[in-house]
Amino acid sequence: MERIPSWLRQHIAAIRAVVVLTLITGAIYPLMVTGVAQALFNDKANGQIVQKDGKDVGSAIIGQKFTDADGNPVRKYFQSRPSAAGDGYDMLSTAASNLGPEDVVDVLPVPGAKDDEGDPDEGKQSLLTQVCTRSKTIGELEGVSGARPYCTSDGVGAVLKVFPAVGTPTRAVSVNQACPSQPFVADHQGVKVECGKPGEDYAAGRTVPVRGNIADVKVPADAVTASGSGLDPHISPAYAELQAQRVAKERGIDAGKVGQLIGEHTTGRALGFMGEPAVNVLELNLALDKE
Amino acid sequence: MSTTAAGIVFIASLIIALGLVHKPFGDYMHRVYSGVRHTMAERAVYRLLGVQPDTQQRWTVYARGVLAFSVVSILFVYGMQRLQDKLVLSLGFPPVTDHVAWNTAVSFVTNTNWQAYSGESTMGHLVQMAALAVQNFVSASVGMAVAIALVRGFARNRSDTLGNFWVDLVRGTIRILLPIAFVGALVLVAGGLVQNFVGPHEVTTLTGDVQNMTGGPVASQEVIKELGTNGGGFYNTNSAHPFENATTWTNWFEIVLILLIPFALPRTFGKMVGQVRQGYAILAVMAAIAVAGVVLTNVFELSGHATVPQAVGASMEGKDVRFGVANSATFAAATTLTSTGAVNSAHDSYTPLGGMMTLVNMMLGEVAPGGVGSGLYGMLVLAVITVFVAGLMVGRTPEYLGKRIGAREIKLASMYFLVTPLLVLTGTAVAMGNEAGRAAMLNTGPHGFSEILYAFTSASNNNGSAFAGVTVNTPWYDVALGLCMAFGRFLPIIFVLALAGSLAGQAPAPESAGTLPTHRPQFVGMVIGVTIILVALTFLPALALGPLAEGLS
Repeated sequence: MERIPSWLRQHIAAIRAVVVLTLITGAIYPLMVTGVAQALFNDKANGQIVQKDGKDVGSAIIGQKFTDADGNPVRKYFQSRPSAAGDGYDMLSTAASNLGPEDVVDVLPVPGAKDDEGDPDEGKQSLLTQVCTRSKTIGELEGVSGARPYCTSDGVGAVLKVFPAVGTPTRAVSVNQACPSQPFVADHQGVKVECGKPGEDYAAGRTVPVRGNIADVKVPADAVTASGSGLDPHISPAYAELQAQRVAKERGIDAGKVGQLIGEHTTGRALGFMGEPAVNVLELNLALDKE
Repeated sequence: MSTTAAGIVFIASLIIALGLVHKPFGDYMHRVYSGVRHTMAERAVYRLLGVQPDTQQRWTVYARGVLAFSVVSILFVYGMQRLQDKLVLSLGFPPVTDHVAWNTAVSFVTNTNWQAYSGESTMGHLVQMAALAVQNFVSASVGMAVAIALVRGFARNRSDTLGNFWVDLVRGTIRILLPIAFVGALVLVAGGLVQNFVGPHEVTTLTGDVQNMTGGPVASQEVIKELGTNGGGFYNTNSAHPFENATTWTNWFEIVLILLIPFALPRTFGKMVGQVRQGYAILAVMAAIAVAGVVLTNVFELSGHATVPQAVGASMEGKDVRFGVANSATFAAATTLTSTGAVNSAHDSYTPLGGMMTLVNMMLGEVAPGGVGSGLYGMLVLAVITVFVAGLMVGRTPEYLGKRIGAREIKLASMYFLVTPLLVLTGTAVAMGNEAGRAAMLNTGPHGFSEILYAFTSASNNNGSAFAGVTVNTPWYDVALGLCMAFGRFLPIIFVLALAGSLAGQAPAPESAGTLPTHRPQFVGMVIGVTIILVALTFLPALALGPLAEGLS
C-alpha cells in the first residue's frame, strides 16, 4: 500500500470500508438480531399471526376489512376504518390518502364520458365529500344521523363557488351537487344558488365551504377518515360503541355481552399518557365468532 | 386524562428522558472520539481497510475520505438495486429502474432517505438489509465524524490536522450506533415489530378476502433508521405501519431514538473544547427552538383549524387511532426538527399551519437539534454567524471559543448557510415553471404548491419526509431531487471541514474585555434570533404562497 499515491489510497480504503462495514452492519448485525428476536419473542417477531379453526386469518396488529365481495359491510362484524391502501388494507400497497385539509371541491363525473382507459368517467371526490359520504353511509348502517358540519344532507361537501372571486356575488354554484340535485341552500347573499354542471370549470370562483348548524355529530372522527398506515388495526371506543347495537342484534346476543367484549379488547394509553385508547377490531370480531 | 393533558405529559416525559441520558451519553461519545486506544476488533477492521489509524489528516484529506467513501457507497447501493433480481432474498422483484435507483442511492448515502419507491413492492430483503440499512449506519457515522472534526477545529491550536476520518467512521459505527441499535431492535421486537425473512404470503381473512402478509428484517432497520436520523421506511407508510411502529410506547421509544444523539452531541462538544458550559449554551438554543416547534405543531393539529378537520371533528385524516392527534404531531415535529423524515402520519393531510410547522422545522436548517452530527455542525456555523453579527452591532471582536472569526471563516459560514435556500428556492421555482414539475401535485391550489416546496425543502435539507401526495418517481424528479440531496449534503460538509481546518490552524486569541461571552443566556437568545430571522427572511415569501395562503384564507 505504501507505494500507492495517497489520493488513490483513499479510494481503495473507501471501497474496502464499504465492503467491511456492509458485512458488519448489513449481515452480521441483522442476522444476530433476527436470531435473538426469534428465540426470545418468536410470536412478535413473526407478526402475531392469529388463527381461527387452525387457519391463519391475519395479524393481530394489522387491520383488515370486514366487507363482502361487493364491498358492503358484513353486518355481524365490527367495521374497520376507511383505508387508502390499495382497495383497502392491502399490505402490498400501504398508503394514506394524502389529501389536504382544504380539499373540498369535487370533479363531477361527466355522464357518457370516458376516462383515459376507456372506462366510464368517475370524476374525483374531494376529501370533504369522502368524509360526508362515509358519515351518511355509516349513519344509515347504524341507524343514527350521519349529519356533520360542512356536509349536505345528500352526503357531499357543502361548498359553494362564488363569482366573481372578489366583490359582490353575482353567481353562486353548489359545486359538489351535480344537476339536477337540489342545492343545499336556496340563495347566497341574495343570489340564487345553482346546481353543479359536470364538466364545467368553476376554478375561477371563490371557494366558500358552508358550515351549516349541525350541533350533535353521531359518527366519530376515526370512522370517516383514512389512517396514516392504511392498515390501522384499531377503531376508537366511541366508534365501537356506535356499532355495538347492530352487531348484537345481528348475532342475537346480549348487548351487554358485546360491550364487555369491547372492553376486553380495548387498550388504554400506555403508562396512562401515551397515545389514545383503541379497540382492536380483528381480535374483537374473532372473540365474537367464538361466542 | 384528556387528549391535551396526555399530549403534554408525553412531551414532558420525552424531555425528562433526554435530559437524563444526555450527560452520560454525551460523555461516552467524548471518550469514543477522544480515546487513543483501539479495540482488537477495530484494529482488525483498520487492517482490512489498509489504513493507519494513528495518522492525522489535514482537512483536505479528511474531506477526500468523506467524499470517496460516499461516492463508493452511492455506486454500491445503486448496483445492489440494479442487480437485485440476480441476488438472494429478492422476493422476486425486478431490478429497480435506473432513475429510482440513482435517487435512492443518493438519498440513503446523504442521510436523506427520501423514498421515490414503495418499499413493500420494490425492494427485496437483501437490498433493504445490506444496502439501505448499511447506509443508515454509515451515513450517520459520517455526519458525526464531520461534526467531531469541526469541534476539533475549535479545540486544537496551531494544528493542521483534524483527526482521522476512517477512525471516526469506524468508532462511530461500532462503538456508538451498533450497541444501541442491537438493544433497541430487541426492545422494538418486544413491542411488536417484526424481524424475520419471510416474503409476502396470502392469508384468508375472516370474511374470505385475501390479505398478503408481508415480513422482513424490519426491527433491525427501524431502530437505526430513527437512531441515525435517517427515516427511510421499510414499508411505504413508514412509521405509521404497525410492523414498524406497533404500539403507543414504541412510538415514544422511536421519538427518543430520533432525538438521542443530536441532543447529546452538545455535551460531547462542551467536553471536547474543555468548557462544558459552552455545550450547555448550544443545547439551550436547540432545546428552546425544539420545544417551541413541538408545542406549536401540537397546538395547530389539536385545534384542527381547516374545513375538513372541522367537518371531521379532529385532524384525524392520515393518522392512526393508537397514536391519535397529539402524539402524531409530536412525532412529526421530532422528525422534521432532526433530519430524520420518518413519519407516523400523513403530513400532507395536516392542518395548513400544522403542516407549515413541519416545513418551518426543516427550513430552520435542521439545527434544533438536527440530524446526527449535521445538527451540531449546522448549529456551530450559526453560532459563528451570530458572533460575527454581534461583533458588527456592538463593535466587539468576533471571536468564538478563542478563535478569531475572520474573513475566511465568515465566508465559509455564509456559503454553508446559503446552500440550502439556493437549492430549495431554485428547485421549487424550476419545478413550478415546467410541466413535468407541476404534474406531480396531488392536491390543487396552494396545497399543491406546498407539496412541491416540501419536496425540495426535504431533499435539500436531507430530511426525507414528504407531503406524500406528490408523485415523484418520475425521471425529472428523481434527477432533480437527487442533485438537491447530493449538493445539500456534500457542499456544506466541504465548507464545514474547510472552516475546521482554518480554525485548527489558528493560535488561540487571548480572552479580553472585548470578548463576547458565548455561554450566557444573552448569547443563547442571540443565536435563536439569528436562526429565526435568517430563515424568516429567506423563506417567508415561499410560505406565504403555500401553507399561509391556505391557512389564512
